[in-house]
Amino acid sequence: MEILSSAVSGTMESSDCMVSVSPGSGKIEIQIESIVLNQFGDELKKTIENTLKELDVSNVKISLFDRGALDLVIKSRIECAIERAKEKK
Amino acid sequence: MNKIVKSLEEALKLAGIKNGQTISFHHHLRNGDYVLNMTMDIIEKMGVNNLTVNASSIFDIQAETISNCINKKIITKLQCNYMSKQLGRKIVDGILECPVEFRTHGGRASDMQKGIIPVDIAIIASPTSDNMGNISGKYGISACGSLGYAFADATYAKKVIVVTDNLVPYPLTDYSIPEIYIDYVVKVDSIGDPSGIVSGTTQITRDPVGLIMAKTAANVIKGSGLLKDGFSFQTGAGGASLAAAKYLKEIMLKEKIQGSFGLGGITSYMVDMLKCGLFKTLFDVQCFDLGAVESIRLDPRHKEVSAMHYAGPYSKSAIVDSLDVVILGATEIDTNFNVNVHTDSNGCIIGGSGGHSDTAKGAKMSMIIAPLVRARLPIVSDEVACISTKGEDIDVLITQYGVAINKKNKELKEKLLDSNINIVDIQDLKKKAEEICGTPKPYKSSGRVVAKVFGRDGDVISTINALK
Repeated sequence: MEILSSAVSGTMESSDCMVSVSPGSGKIEIQIESIVLNQFGDELKKTIENTLKELDVSNVKISLFDRGALDLVIKSRIECAIERAKEKK
Repeated sequence: MNKIVKSLEEALKLAGIKNGQTISFHHHLRNGDYVLNMTMDIIEKMGVNNLTVNASSIFDIQAETISNCINKKIITKLQCNYMSKQLGRKIVDGILECPVEFRTHGGRASDMQKGIIPVDIAIIASPTSDNMGNISGKYGISACGSLGYAFADATYAKKVIVVTDNLVPYPLTDYSIPEIYIDYVVKVDSIGDPSGIVSGTTQITRDPVGLIMAKTAANVIKGSGLLKDGFSFQTGAGGASLAAAKYLKEIMLKEKIQGSFGLGGITSYMVDMLKCGLFKTLFDVQCFDLGAVESIRLDPRHKEVSAMHYAGPYSKSAIVDSLDVVILGATEIDTNFNVNVHTDSNGCIIGGSGGHSDTAKGAKMSMIIAPLVRARLPIVSDEVACISTKGEDIDVLITQYGVAINKKNKELKEKLLDSNINIVDIQDLKKKAEEICGTPKPYKSSGRVVAKVFGRDGDVISTINALK
């Protein structure tokens, strides 16, 4: 899937996260900020990578601002942001 | 005889302030307190340094002043029972060479009494004082209600300075602390910001998870057999703890149970229970909101108590020794029921015991109420990062996924078996939390020791490390 515009999804509420995506420069660039980075840093990265793979996205800048969201929440927020970013605005 | 001194600087001089001494403060003005900052600014100008500051609690409003004094070696040692996160963060960053000493509210008072932490000069912020130093927290624009924690400072410090913004003619009849302990009285424009001293109203949680836990807590109290005439109770000001009081009130009204006393930091919710006749009296070491301040001023059944009487382990007896049930919080609890209220999951200092360990030790049933998961962090772990209260003093953990009973309390488990309360093993709660969140990587700060936690019996029960 190709990312054609910038989009966001999610909130900054506790236990939620905010995902921003924009067109990449030929690769996946991931930025993570999280209150549980010490405890779940590896899992967060894996969740992002796996979700992008499932959506067949390989050229994107994605940033996750995480306030302690569960994996399924993060996954949904990413899917939504990608869906919003696939149309050119 | 004249105790009125025209400035705080002059009072400090008269009290003989010098390098290396210990200065104490109480925290009844909480996050509205001006007096600690005002005093430290004057001390800085006087050029005194190498001081120990013993403040019963430290709030964010004081963080900047204290860290500035630490950087300039004006303060080289800190003792407190609670420290909010702004200074807590700086302490775990390592700004203070000597480890902070954390005590409990009862432990601090008893250690002053025993001379373990001698105080040279106590500075007592007083919402009202007469010219001889009979003081009260019940009156004046900066009224805070009870002055419970300041009794030990006034009684045991070598010199005692009262700082007030409401000086009244002698005698202040309804005093809390009498003139016999007071050396000097200083009048200033303002001792605090009323909006930071007490909150207007304390709100009960509307969070459905909190309400489920609160209802369960009330049912556990009912099932424990302790809820009968003469019942005594303490609860915190946290949303779920207060909601538990609401459900408890309903049960007590329905079953016509008359309790003996409510204890603690008092909120208007406890005042409401007093007014409904559910308790004969409230023992108040600290008022949390305006309703409590008004009640302690007007209602003779609402009685101020000192920290020694509240919880002093060295007192011949303390009120906590007669307490039936206490509801407490936790940032973290381990499978041995040890509780952490000092640090967060990243090792930063965000609080302290206050009366947590005191009441847990004294009460017949000590309950922890906490959601199983907070922002992806399981509340139950194999080992807490910092032990604030030992598991041997905790009886039961209430979560939204069930109630875990400490196996040392077999009687409670038997009593609750017949009820419809969902009793689970604490190990299963831990597993459940990890099913939801994943297993967090254990995180333990590894730097040098920046704080020591003294249990109420005076032993160091835990240490807190610098982040790096």
